[in-house]
Amino acid sequence: MKSTTRPSDFWLGGRRISEAASLALLVPFAVVLLIAFILPLATLLHESLFEPAFNTANYARAFAEPVYVRVMGRTLRVAVFVTVAALLLGYPLALAMSRAKGLALTLLAAAVVLPLWTSVLVRTYAWIVLLQRNGLINQALTSLGIVDAPAKLLYTEGAVVLAMAHVLLPFMVLPIYSALRGIPEDYAKAALMLGASRWSTFREVTWPLSLPGVASGCLMVFLLALGFFVTPALVGGPQQMMVATLISQQVREMLNWPFAGALVGILLAFVLALTLAFNRFIRIERFVGTRT
Amino acid sequence: MAAANAQDTVRTSSGRVAVSELVKRFGSVAAVDGVSLAVEPGEFVALLGPSGSGKTTILMMIAGFEYPTSGRVEISGADMTFAAPNKRNLGMVFQRYTLFPHMTVEDNIAFPLKMRGVSRGERMKRAQAALEAVRLAGYGGRQPGQLSGGQQQRVALARAIVYEPRVLLMDEPLSALDKNLREEMQLEIKHLQRELGITVIFVTHDQTEALTMADRVAVLDHGRLQQIGTPRDLYERPATPFVAGFIGETNFLPAKSMAAAGSGALVPIALELGSGNSAMTVGAVPANALLRVAIRPERLVLSKAGAQGLQGTIVETIYAGSATTCVVEIGNGARLRARIAAERADAAWSPGDQVAVSWRPEHARAFAGTP
Repeated sequence: MKSTTRPSDFWLGGRRISEAASLALLVPFAVVLLIAFILPLATLLHESLFEPAFNTANYARAFAEPVYVRVMGRTLRVAVFVTVAALLLGYPLALAMSRAKGLALTLLAAAVVLPLWTSVLVRTYAWIVLLQRNGLINQALTSLGIVDAPAKLLYTEGAVVLAMAHVLLPFMVLPIYSALRGIPEDYAKAALMLGASRWSTFREVTWPLSLPGVASGCLMVFLLALGFFVTPALVGGPQQMMVATLISQQVREMLNWPFAGALVGILLAFVLALTLAFNRFIRIERFVGTRT
Repeated sequence: MAAANAQDTVRTSSGRVAVSELVKRFGSVAAVDGVSLAVEPGEFVALLGPSGSGKTTILMMIAGFEYPTSGRVEISGADMTFAAPNKRNLGMVFQRYTLFPHMTVEDNIAFPLKMRGVSRGERMKRAQAALEAVRLAGYGGRQPGQLSGGQQQRVALARAIVYEPRVLLMDEPLSALDKNLREEMQLEIKHLQRELGITVIFVTHDQTEALTMADRVAVLDHGRLQQIGTPRDLYERPATPFVAGFIGETNFLPAKSMAAAGSGALVPIALELGSGNSAMTVGAVPANALLRVAIRPERLVLSKAGAQGLQGTIVETIYAGSATTCVVEIGNGARLRARIAAERADAAWSPGDQVAVSWRPEHARAFAGTP
């Protein structure tokens, strides 16, 4: 969240504090951020451009070799599919949550939030158990006679999309839920009174008013999906490699730090551009969505 | 106009709203307890009562947001007890501002027309006309958030009438506005209602608002209809002690009937604090029954001590321009408030004066039963 308050507006424990003092509160976090994130990242990016002297060969290579272009294309495609899948699964869930009360709400909220407290690794292995050659799904399909031989489910792009959509679902549901919760009930009542059907009420009132939540949910899931490592690596296997796995491979197996840095730079530039575009969109939303 | 005759029969009940034996229970609590009332086409009726009196619940059942436990809701002659809100063709203005924040003022007003499949050109034309009716022409392109509270409620009003419903429901629409604006809007709504000839059912807890705007006022308490009548009826001929106490100011005196009397007759009474008089009965009264006698402050007459009436001492005088209120202690800590109009200031009383308090029998109303 960006602060627009002026220096004289900082208060702490009822006393006004100077801008310098308030900035001092940020120092511990800033130091950690600098040492553990910005410095290594800068080193990596520096290596991608200045090894041994300034050149863009690493970046050119990433776009010149079909295998890398394919990985980046797959990463984008999977991230888009995951976002769409999470939205299709998450919106109805968020809508149900926003209308639930009491025990039903507690149970729904637990169903959404509890997975966040389990390791991604555990959830990913669960998918492997389900999807593998002799897994639950294949057993069910063969015993029902729907397929003759076990189908290849694991190590496919579909498996990656499905597992990632599941893992990232809470990041879609929560912002949409909070946007829906923020819409006063009176709007839907008024729409109904004015002759709208339940569907038109949703289409004309609820959906447009929930768009800021939809946008931030989509952005969050999309960005997380772009750089996701564990799930695509395990469920997708080497044939379904995505950018994060490629970077890890370059660093750990090829020891090609400059090229890994270039891949990081491309991913980072893309993410930054998206975030900036999103910020602009959100500001427009705020202007349109003035409420009293 | 060829079908005019055929439409006449429809028209007579078009805009009429009737509820009969309406009951709404939430668990074991009856929020509305057997209310029947009919609102005639073009009539302005206010539902007045303290919070928890059931007035809003009745409105919600007419609107279709609540369904009654038993009873019937009839709109324009048709049984609408369990119809969905969007099938009732009612207009409604809510207590809170409910303009859609993502639409312009114009699109908000055109919304109900869009839901009715009216063409875009026609929608905009009618939205403009509705905006002019609420004196906000030229505001169509604004966002609701850019308008003041009063302007937002006017737009909400325009949106509720643009599709020409025969009945308009209003749920305390002015309660969020400040006093001056509220009074201005009261008159404006009243004028608009007359002009359109629309039936209005208006919920409020503000008796001044109800008396100012409504043709008839229905007073509710604890889910029951206490009385429905013109503002004058309610003030001058309250049907229950609750109405007498709720509308305007009233002095209550405990008394006993000296004889039996039918409803609306004068009965001789003995006041518990001494002295006798007569009062107009509300409902039949047997002899020797306990009564509550209600008298308006402006109906009390003060004379020099020793004259006919209750003897007492003035403890306070409150000057308020057009009238002065004298608080008279009549023994046992009981106090009466007498309002003396400025032009009638035959006697300038001051605290400590001994006075006799009397009234004309027809100005006192006797209700059976103890307080």
